[in-house]
Amino acid sequence: MFDFSILTNRVHELLISSMSEGLAIFVECILVGVFILIMYALLALILIYMERKVCAFFQLRLGPTRVGKWGLLQLFADLIKLFTKEIISLKSSDKFLYGVAPFIVIVASIVTFSCIPISKGLEILDFNVGVFFLLAASSTGVVGILLAGWGSNSKFPLIGAMRSGAQIISYELSVGLSILTMVVLMGTMQFSEIVELQSTGWFIFKGHLPALVAFVIYLIAGNAETNRGPFDLPEAESELTAGYHTEYSGMHFAFFYLAEYLNLFIVAAIASTIFLGGWMPLHIPGLDGFNAIMDYIPGFVWFFTKTFVVVFLLMWIRWTFPRLRIDQILSLEWKYLVPIGLVNLIIMVLIVVFGLHF
Amino acid sequence: MNEKSYIGGILHAVSSLLTGMKTTITIYFRKKTTEQYPENRAELKMADRFRGSLVMPHNENNEHKCIACGLCQNACPNDTLEVVTEMIETADGKKKKILTTYKYDLGSCMFCQLCVNACPHDAITFDQTFEHAVFDRQKLNRVLNHEGSKVIQTK
Repeated sequence: MFDFSILTNRVHELLISSMSEGLAIFVECILVGVFILIMYALLALILIYMERKVCAFFQLRLGPTRVGKWGLLQLFADLIKLFTKEIISLKSSDKFLYGVAPFIVIVASIVTFSCIPISKGLEILDFNVGVFFLLAASSTGVVGILLAGWGSNSKFPLIGAMRSGAQIISYELSVGLSILTMVVLMGTMQFSEIVELQSTGWFIFKGHLPALVAFVIYLIAGNAETNRGPFDLPEAESELTAGYHTEYSGMHFAFFYLAEYLNLFIVAAIASTIFLGGWMPLHIPGLDGFNAIMDYIPGFVWFFTKTFVVVFLLMWIRWTFPRLRIDQILSLEWKYLVPIGLVNLIIMVLIVVFGLHF
Repeated sequence: MNEKSYIGGILHAVSSLLTGMKTTITIYFRKKTTEQYPENRAELKMADRFRGSLVMPHNENNEHKCIACGLCQNACPNDTLEVVTEMIETADGKKKKILTTYKYDLGSCMFCQLCVNACPHDAITFDQTFEHAVFDRQKLNRVLNHEGSKVIQTK
């Protein structure tokens, strides 16, 4: 298994040899930042293309086919279009909040994105309360959504933002509970250790039924967190035109759009890190030859494969189920997911206490 | 288990959601219905009942079935058709009305098929062509009977 920390250490030594340590760290921060932004933009493009194709296939269509081979250049065309569009400022909106809202959403999304371990040695933010930090960073996005709704000074965005706020704050609880269930099993909150612990088997297999239940709850709640169907009522087209980003145009709109897709990726990436082993190859205890072969596949390939499988699962769910009403969403959360999550947590604690897991 | 109970409701919900997901995944792998139109012009298959434009079929002897009765012209709601006739005297001395030109204005046709239904001899029908765009409206005025064609003589 290739360790990327060899590469990053070599870059560090190279920089230190030619400049002071403080400057070297500053340069490294810039390099990492640029790397994150490029990854972010590329993943957003891939996800939007994938969404359009998957959506089309579920509706017996072909999706984009005209621009480039299989419509691959469609996204770049869309991107150029978004760049050239005017950013409209509204007459009676709160200019400051209206302007700052998309940046809060996208910064929250980028900070969360940088918590995810991509491959061995490729962790950007990795410390002992990583899971906490991730949950905290991902929930700041809702502030941006609420500000966007409030600052637009228009009724559709405001209703959309309020719905979004109610929904995200409720489902945060289920995300927290399902991850807490896994933290009980894992015994650590550091992402690099979480992945390392799964070298003897992924947690979804190690944790028996409670892990599976936690995985399902996490997927449902994570889907709701990202405001995607069937929980897309903050931006329900038929009722609210586009919800909280109705009044936005140009790149400000694109920030919301990118953040939405990257949040989808982040939810899938966390699901694959915590439940499906992240970049850790599939290891079956006892089959050493098989494990050795699996180790030849690089970690980031495993990570992206698992993540995109989960992304496909979420898209499958999105294009299958009809949108829920607000009361149905809240009753699903408070009457079903939270009680089941709590019971699940107790079962997991019992399993860990009596050592019944693998 | 009772669907109205808490646990039963959850199990019922999960099973019905899985049914929905099974349905959509079969659709995902089904052949797509989109027609890649300009590229697939050669193998494009229109629906059987598609009405492209009005035509008058002629047989190999350049003969059609139109007896110039004018019922199609009367049936047409848009004055799209004009049946121009002349009276001739046949060899045995009878007077007979024959077709000289059958004028059809594609631009005002609404493809209602009333003319085809009115025709007692099935002389006219709709074909499957649909690429009718032209730059000059005059080009939409068509003459359906071929040059020098005659009506089929039935014994």
